[in-house]
Amino acid sequence: MSLPTLDVERIRKDFPVLSRELPGDRPLIYLDSGNSSQKPLQVIETMRDHMTMHYSNVGRAMHVLGAESTEAFEDARDKIAAFIGAPSRDEVVFTKNASEALNLVAYAFGNPAGEDPRFRLGPGDEIVISEMEHHSNIVPWQLLAQRTGATLRWFPVTDEGRLDLSGIDDLVTERTKIVSIAHQSNVLGTVNPVAEVLARARQAGALLMLDASQSVPHHPVDVAALGVDFVAFTGHKMAGPSGIGVLWARGELLAAMPPFLGGGEMIEAVWMDRSTYAPAPHKFEAGTPPIVEAIGLGAAVDYLTAVGMDAIEAHERELTAYALGALAELPSLRLIGPGTLDQRGATVSFTLEGIHPHDVGQILDDVFGVAVRVGHHCARPLHLRFGIPATTRASFYLYNTTGEIDALVRGLHHVQKVFA
Amino acid sequence: MIAESMYQELILEHYKHPQGRGLREPYDAEVHHVNPTCGDEITLRVKLGDGGKVEDVSYDGQGCSISQAAASVLHELTSGSTAEETLVVVDEFTRLLQGRGKIEPDEDLLGDAVAFAGVAKFPARVKCALLAWMAYKDALVRSSA
Repeated sequence: MSLPTLDVERIRKDFPVLSRELPGDRPLIYLDSGNSSQKPLQVIETMRDHMTMHYSNVGRAMHVLGAESTEAFEDARDKIAAFIGAPSRDEVVFTKNASEALNLVAYAFGNPAGEDPRFRLGPGDEIVISEMEHHSNIVPWQLLAQRTGATLRWFPVTDEGRLDLSGIDDLVTERTKIVSIAHQSNVLGTVNPVAEVLARARQAGALLMLDASQSVPHHPVDVAALGVDFVAFTGHKMAGPSGIGVLWARGELLAAMPPFLGGGEMIEAVWMDRSTYAPAPHKFEAGTPPIVEAIGLGAAVDYLTAVGMDAIEAHERELTAYALGALAELPSLRLIGPGTLDQRGATVSFTLEGIHPHDVGQILDDVFGVAVRVGHHCARPLHLRFGIPATTRASFYLYNTTGEIDALVRGLHHVQKVFA
Repeated sequence: MIAESMYQELILEHYKHPQGRGLREPYDAEVHHVNPTCGDEITLRVKLGDGGKVEDVSYDGQGCSISQAAASVLHELTSGSTAEETLVVVDEFTRLLQGRGKIEPDEDLLGDAVAFAGVAKFPARVKCALLAWMAYKDALVRSSA
């Protein structure tokens, strides 16, 4: 069986910004897709066309534009449901980003507006996350613990940058109500062993949420096959616009959860002293949604599907193998994350001895037009765990090439010369 | 190569060979300042002597070349001056860094610190250069309190 392939030169033509020149005749080398990805013309044109010719509010207007807008918006939901293997389109809730999706679920726990015992939370109950989480999968749970008196616990991370499951039986217990971990780390690139964590969560009777912001854009993800309870991801990291994210959750859980935000569109009937709520997904979509953004995300999903998620995954795997090999040749480079391709994605973080990542990033950009991210990447506890304040992170996507990784390595050699 | 102008030889020299680094006793005041956007931090101590003379500025911290070099230059410039004199330099350094690269610095007053003029063109890095200097100003206020 041959691996699916991807014509990267043809793909790059869909992303006009990639052929942009920066001031000083520098080419743009964009290695920051883990932060936010670039957008193909297909997404830009779809959004422009909708805004230009079809725009109106959704779900309420009784006229042609209202119907066209509603249809396009709900079509986007269908596309996203199919893209992630959701058993039902009604399980796809539009949010403004992954952070909102995570907060939405956190607010369902210990909430007097809900009655389902699975979401009851108080002193003695436990929430389990991990040390490798993005702040958006840490802070909502800290706040939940503060509101309810529940205890926040976490998986440690091994020196190689893997989830340390050695203490899982003591960590996830009958006291645990919810486990929420990254599907793929935004710093380490590590893909976490969902099946093992899920098996223990099920034994303990806990629900499992995945922050899939870094996995859905890069791998074929089938939420039904994963078997988890909640999945959050965001549009802007997967060739779509910012301002649109997704919460997928099992239908019966959405039905059991109290609403998050109240407002228009999420109700069934309202009296002055009480309301009843629309069924999911609308129960969780108060107010006018990001209409054009959702439609743009639908176009992004069409684009990624046409290229093929298998092909994208295989391409990124090649890039990662190439990058790990090339970076290993740099003296005094310390990789933060797995050094092998086993269960890892196309995000490579590292430090250079004696050189602060902010200096690395500034010189890479300035001399070579190489855009990387430097800092703690919204994962400060993970950096503390490795005893470092910051890292330099290169993250690859379907439009990146091995030539761009060569430019990164040339740039890093230059950085080492400047600070030698 | 826009930023190369920011990484002046003098800045790199101070970064590689920081002057007066390390926390020393005795001291009148100690402060700890952080730059939350990048995680740079500094602990800085001031010891004043007779007539308001700055006897020692000692410091320790971590951060990028700009923040570390700025602390080193601060140590050099303050040693042997009076607190009052150094505050004039701090004010001029602040004016230079916040001037978006559009002001003429007083080179006589700033000495080596004028090498940071290029940093003023990079808004994201201005706080790096000012970290130690703001910590110093804070420490002076506390030591005379």
